[in-house]
Amino acid sequence: MNFFMKIWHSSLGKKYIMGISGFVLVFFIVTHLMGNLQIFVGPYWINTYGLFLHERHEILWPARIVLLTMVVLHIWSAFKLRAENQAARPVSYAGNPAPFAASYASRTLMMSGIIIAAFAVFHLLHYALGVRAVNLTGINFSTLQDSQGRPDLYLMLLLGFSRWPISVFYIIAIGLLCLHLSHGMRAMFQSVGWKWTFGGVSHLPDKIARWFALIIFILYVSIPVAVMCGYGKAYKERALQHLTANAISGKESAR
Amino acid sequence: MNLDAKIPPGPLAQKWDRYKSNMKLVSPANKRKFDVIVVGTGLSGAAAAATLAELGYQVKAFCFQDTPRRAHSIAAQGGINAAKNYQNDGDSIFRLFYDTIKGGDFRAREANVFRLAQVSASIIDQCAAQGVPFAREYGGTLTNRSFGGAQVSRTFYARGQTGQQLLLGAYQAMCRQISLGNIHMFPRTEMLDLVVVDGAARGIVVRNLVTGDISLHSADAVVLATGGYANVFFLSTNAIGCNVTATYRAYKQGAFFANPCYTQIHPTCIPVSGDYQAKLTLMSESLRNDGRVWVPKRKEDCDKEPAAVPEAERDYYLERKYPSYGNLAPRDIASRAAKEVCDAGRGVGPGGRGVYLDLSNAIQRLGENTIRDRYGNLFDMYERITGENAYRQPMRIYPAVHYTMGGTWVDYGLMSTLPGLFIIGEANFSDHGANRLGASGLMQGLADGYFILPYTVGNYFASTKPEKIPVGHAGFKKAEEDVRQFTRRLLSINGKRSATSFHKELGKLMWENCGMARTRQSLETNLKHIPELREEFWKNVRVTGSGEELNQNLEHAGRVADFLEFAELLCLDALHREESCGGHFRGEHQTEDGEARRDDTNFAYVAAWEFKGADKKPELHKEPLVYEEVHMATRSYK
Amino acid sequence: MNLTLKIWRQKNAASPGGFETHEARDVSPDMSFLEMLDMVNERLIAAGQEPFVFDSDCREGICGTCSLVINGVPHGGRKGTTVCQLHMRHFQDGQTITIEPWRARAFPLVKDLIVDRTAFDRIMLAGGFISVNTGNAPEANALPVSKEIADLAMDAAACIGCGACVAVCKNASAMLFVAAKVSHLNYLPQGRAEKDRRVKNMVAQMDQEGFGNCTVTGSCEAVCPKEINLDFIAKMNRDYAVAVVKGELKANSGGGVG
Repeated sequence: MNFFMKIWHSSLGKKYIMGISGFVLVFFIVTHLMGNLQIFVGPYWINTYGLFLHERHEILWPARIVLLTMVVLHIWSAFKLRAENQAARPVSYAGNPAPFAASYASRTLMMSGIIIAAFAVFHLLHYALGVRAVNLTGINFSTLQDSQGRPDLYLMLLLGFSRWPISVFYIIAIGLLCLHLSHGMRAMFQSVGWKWTFGGVSHLPDKIARWFALIIFILYVSIPVAVMCGYGKAYKERALQHLTANAISGKESAR
Repeated sequence: MNLDAKIPPGPLAQKWDRYKSNMKLVSPANKRKFDVIVVGTGLSGAAAAATLAELGYQVKAFCFQDTPRRAHSIAAQGGINAAKNYQNDGDSIFRLFYDTIKGGDFRAREANVFRLAQVSASIIDQCAAQGVPFAREYGGTLTNRSFGGAQVSRTFYARGQTGQQLLLGAYQAMCRQISLGNIHMFPRTEMLDLVVVDGAARGIVVRNLVTGDISLHSADAVVLATGGYANVFFLSTNAIGCNVTATYRAYKQGAFFANPCYTQIHPTCIPVSGDYQAKLTLMSESLRNDGRVWVPKRKEDCDKEPAAVPEAERDYYLERKYPSYGNLAPRDIASRAAKEVCDAGRGVGPGGRGVYLDLSNAIQRLGENTIRDRYGNLFDMYERITGENAYRQPMRIYPAVHYTMGGTWVDYGLMSTLPGLFIIGEANFSDHGANRLGASGLMQGLADGYFILPYTVGNYFASTKPEKIPVGHAGFKKAEEDVRQFTRRLLSINGKRSATSFHKELGKLMWENCGMARTRQSLETNLKHIPELREEFWKNVRVTGSGEELNQNLEHAGRVADFLEFAELLCLDALHREESCGGHFRGEHQTEDGEARRDDTNFAYVAAWEFKGADKKPELHKEPLVYEEVHMATRSYK
Repeated sequence: MNLTLKIWRQKNAASPGGFETHEARDVSPDMSFLEMLDMVNERLIAAGQEPFVFDSDCREGICGTCSLVINGVPHGGRKGTTVCQLHMRHFQDGQTITIEPWRARAFPLVKDLIVDRTAFDRIMLAGGFISVNTGNAPEANALPVSKEIADLAMDAAACIGCGACVAVCKNASAMLFVAAKVSHLNYLPQGRAEKDRRVKNMVAQMDQEGFGNCTVTGSCEAVCPKEINLDFIAKMNRDYAVAVVKGELKANSGGGVG
């Protein structure tokens, strides 16, 4: 414990915590993306994947606990570092100019982080918890089932992105996430001591972080864009008819 | 008074060993009972403070900078000499010794110079062990270059900032001792007087430059490592803060001042661009290895673009006059040659005070990239200051005051005529004679600080066993009152002119009349004008603010006041020395082709001046220079 | 050229400060920035006013004394240039220039444009040296150092300790300075023996002085007059992690019977 307290009390230690928790979250972002991209392979795949996750509590819960811990550590050290940083520079320069040569991403890390956190809460309510009030479709996502009786993730995504305000919010949030990553990953590499010049390429971690962020952005955003451009329209309409039919028959039977 | 240098007897090569074998020692348990004050934390001061503290003495170190790491030793670019003979090119202790003696135009003390050459090798070992990142070969060994016209490669260097790296080494050694509690460091503190009790140096009076507090410090020995006095010329390559105050006030307390007229003018500085200029910037002499110095043959060509002057119309005057050394002729000779051509109206640039240093041949021969590798930082610096691209057009250079060989007189043990007052580094007079060779200044500073002073101070303590003097002693109180009085006086004048304007005027007088060439007439002009200027200063200087706060104006005024007195001593020395040697060139004493004419019959001595009171002429004492091993020869670089 | 200068004036740390506006007339483009300020000060003295105090010494970009923030950027923001080597030709006639001291909690203000940077010295005292007494040294060539390592150490050692990295950093972090100092000595074989101690103690002292944390914005690298790069910070982060883990392993392995 002493060891962790030592790390926690050192400026470099907090940066390690920041970097390592960040790394785990990046890993999650990548696996999450892999899962989501299965939408392009078709409903069978993604729904099988969803079912797999749901049924394997021994994977799901440890993963959730680890992720939550990382989120807490990440946010906690961010606020702690920020408080220290503000104390270290109590006076800013006249006219408060932007810090010299610092990238936009590096200056806005805290803001993008907070917005991403807010989005993450919405995102969980939207899909994971299936809160009907936030999805703007009036449909309860947790009741969706495919033809084999499994939770229909495929349909959920199609429906989820069928409302443009949600898709736009999603795209903006992903944009901010990638902005956050483009600098956060660079800082992460730096904090754990990865040198910048490697194999004759200078500022390598910087370049890797930027490319990585860009690719993540394109891939994530491809889903809502595809849906809004009509991807899976037929499936959705079919499912909606089915839903309506069920609803009508449900109402009738209730009557 | 007979000046006794206390040189140990015996053959030259054995003198230092004999000194060390015969000196008295302080036992390890007793060392902590001795206090030593070190003023100045450049190479020699920092090295001395660290080494004395390592030995167990209680050290107090003072510097006017905000941290000891900023002393002006930091600005040395070129390198440090050592007789390692790593290049197998025939170097040896004797050769380094001889080159230094000859370079100093046979006006240095033989025994001191030999000792310097002897300890030079240990300096490199010490610095490498401290982590000085010297340039290295791929094999991992240290590399050398030939520097300042030396015919062997014995110069060690750390890119273009050897001075900074060596100083950081000494500063780091100091840091270690400060953290161990063996050195008490006083930054932003300026020494304003030396306290002498019963004829021995026993302490100092200092002013805290932030609060203005005057405080007293007592010790068993005082070491001054306060550098040279080149700023008496106002414009020099020295830092803005460099001053003569510490050594000059020691002189007024009884420490003889030796050879003040030996001032070195460095040939490769960036020319003056206007009268607002606060200092001059030196470009490493290494540029002369690949550069050719020239001016147009005809006056009419001087205003033309350099490229418009055809090859046949260029006068490569160093190559013409000194065929064997050419562009690598020693500093004093190259400087004077530049002055000559400019005096003849063939100078280039603003005011006609400049000559071309042309690397275009080397760029053509070796390619721009090679030149960039070698001198890139210098070219960048030149561009920052002048706004000109030296890859496209030749640089303009002009000589500037750079180093002062004169200083407080010291004996073989580096002790001044005041017992307990030791002077090291550029502040003393001992090792460079009338001219210093390139890369020897760093060597001397570190030799004094690391390897000589720590022995000789111990010998002094063991043989005199000084008694403790409390700072409440009347001698301290009087010194303190004098300092307060001096400060009050400066602040009370409230005249019309700033200290800087006096400093500039003094500098101009010194440069015009006591610079690269001096004559009886020019020196007498100065001896007339300097007292007048001094008188005006004390009537008409305006020092703003108070003494109880950070007041740069007051600091500067105090320093200028000392320069105004010291300048007179310098001119007096220059006037009395009726010969030309090294950095001291008297117009009356030159050969038919304009070379320096030395007078060994009448002037082979160290001129040590004793202060006799304000408004009284100082008294000259002579220490004859006796050469046991070498013959005085005429320096010829033709 | 003529300029309008807004210069920070503050009697001492205890009293409040503020900007004073002064006109600088007939400035030559060949002047250095500090020579321009010298001129302003001379005119102030002539008018019976107090000149501004600012730190400077060598005026050739190596001592690291000068420390002015010009229009929000320490040293004025020209590549590889300290303010003493910044020349007026880079400014325009009629321009307004704001001149401020370094701003950081760890660099308390002394007066006007002068701050106290002794925090850097205290970091050095914590371990910025190789423990070798004068006279202990082995023959210099007995320990070869590869050229690559020597060059890297030299790159780091080029730091002049001016503190611009702290001044420019939005967090007032001293990481670039400390990293340069740690790396210079940790790269060299001579400094290896104390590698872990050095990095741990220097980082601990840095934290204690109240500097901020590195958020890798790269401002320090951009403003550094000696162009010291962020690689050294990565190197220090690595050295520190190794030192902490190693220290923990050693502590857990117990001290034997001694």
